[in-house]
Amino acid sequence: MDATLYLLQQVINGLTIGSTYALIAIGYTMVYGIIGMINFAHGEIYMIGTYIAFIVITGLAMMGVDSTLFLIVAALLVSMIVASAHGFAVERVAYRPVRGSKRLIALISAIGMSIFLQNYMRLAQGSRDKAIPNLLPGGWEFGGDGFAVNLSYMQVIIFFVTLASMGVLALFISRSRLGRACRACSQDRGMANLLGINTDLVISMTFVIGAALAAVAGLLLGMYYGVVNPYIGFLAGLKAFTAAVLGGIGSIPGAMLGGLILGIAEALTGGYLSTEYKDVVAFGLLILILLFRPWGILGKPEVEKI
Amino acid sequence: MAESKLLSVRNLSMRFGGLLAVDQVNMEVRPREVVSIIGPNGAGKTTVFNCISGFYRPTSGEVLFEGRPMHRLPGFKIARAGMVRTFQNVRLFKEMTVIENLLVAQHMQAERNLLKGLLLTAGYRRRESELMDRAAHWLERVGLVDFANREAGNLAYGQQRRLEIARCMVTRPRLLMLDEPAAGLNPNETRDLDRMIVQLKEEEGITVLLIEHDMSLVMGISDRIYVVNQGKPLAEGSPEEVRRNPEVIKAYLGEE
Repeated sequence: MDATLYLLQQVINGLTIGSTYALIAIGYTMVYGIIGMINFAHGEIYMIGTYIAFIVITGLAMMGVDSTLFLIVAALLVSMIVASAHGFAVERVAYRPVRGSKRLIALISAIGMSIFLQNYMRLAQGSRDKAIPNLLPGGWEFGGDGFAVNLSYMQVIIFFVTLASMGVLALFISRSRLGRACRACSQDRGMANLLGINTDLVISMTFVIGAALAAVAGLLLGMYYGVVNPYIGFLAGLKAFTAAVLGGIGSIPGAMLGGLILGIAEALTGGYLSTEYKDVVAFGLLILILLFRPWGILGKPEVEKI
Repeated sequence: MAESKLLSVRNLSMRFGGLLAVDQVNMEVRPREVVSIIGPNGAGKTTVFNCISGFYRPTSGEVLFEGRPMHRLPGFKIARAGMVRTFQNVRLFKEMTVIENLLVAQHMQAERNLLKGLLLTAGYRRRESELMDRAAHWLERVGLVDFANREAGNLAYGQQRRLEIARCMVTRPRLLMLDEPAAGLNPNETRDLDRMIVQLKEEEGITVLLIEHDMSLVMGISDRIYVVNQGKPLAEGSPEEVRRNPEVIKAYLGEE
């Protein structure tokens, strides 16, 4: 009984963390799907989203706002908008000018952008940890005599906000005209352009959507962990990238699935082995998938275009 | 004078490194004409097409469409001006359904304003049903109604070719540019294509610029023909004139 409960606890923890990986992974996978580059600055966009959420929450709280719902909604909206503006600007400044050139050049530009954003936040906010108040403390506790499962309100919110964001995104991609244009661009950008679709605009949109979802993850994870510093983007970005590759880079359902699998794998490692091995298992998974199924779980093997 | 020309290409050249793929080509297309570009393999026909449609930026020269310069515009603006094209190899959005291929091609008429597309206004829904009507109309014209919800990549080759033409037509072009539309088609399908092009010209008032190797198709439907060889213009005229031109015969058959 206790063993089952313990397992359940790990799965809950895994789903929580995994769903935020999935949110960030969407940004990687959509950008890759359309322009075939890895946006290594995406982790920093997530970090910026967390900072903006922190600033809005503490700022409003200092001004005497004490409605939890208002604080969360305000933080969510402002951080989504500011992160989207950053995503948009990064593409315009660092990627569009080098789009026609070799892949390596865009990659280096992305790494440069990542270093720049990290240091720009460090200068603005300092490099020490900042505490983000948990606006929704508490939760439920259930289970047996030996071990009780903890399910915090925050975990439930993280899971459902992620689910809702994914649902909205899936509807947008499959039903809306702009989503249709996105899909057309990811299949054949040159042809889409010659049929009158402003592909530059669609690419900008992709960066904006990815950044907005990363900001959602930023707010949720910031409140869950309770701290933010300018370096959190690096590891979160790498994990989300791993999730995207695991699920099949370029595939949106793949990013969702990859995030959840990665989260659960990490939680199980933490629960049964040692938390020290979490990252080892996560990146071990990345190596395995790259060796045996480089196109990922839901991706398709790439056929070289002639 | 300006109104008699839909498209004029002036002194068009395209250089790739040391290779002059297109050298000083001049061309004119009048409304409601079917004009073909022919020439041996590697003559630069497709490069001319790529320059006109905005897929390449020409090294020098001008492309005027209805008197407006096109050669500096991005591809999507050229398409919005009323010129659309197909490619030698079929370039459908293969993982989208047949009907989606026709809907997405109408994006340019639907989405002048980005934000409107995000909000589900009544206008948005009305536009969507207009797009659907137009898509359904062209599905019927090319005989693909029964395949509307099939993935485009799963259609037979000839059907894919027809879908490509329908996808161009839903954009309401004035100039339709077809790059070897008969390639890979069987004789029956080629005859259907021939009939379709004539119908488009007569019923829709469309102007067609065509690259084709199938000489019976070219000779049958073209009002005028341009011959290019090794990137240079070689001859121009009616099918009859071109057929008799000794220069053309020499280019095709080689010198004795």
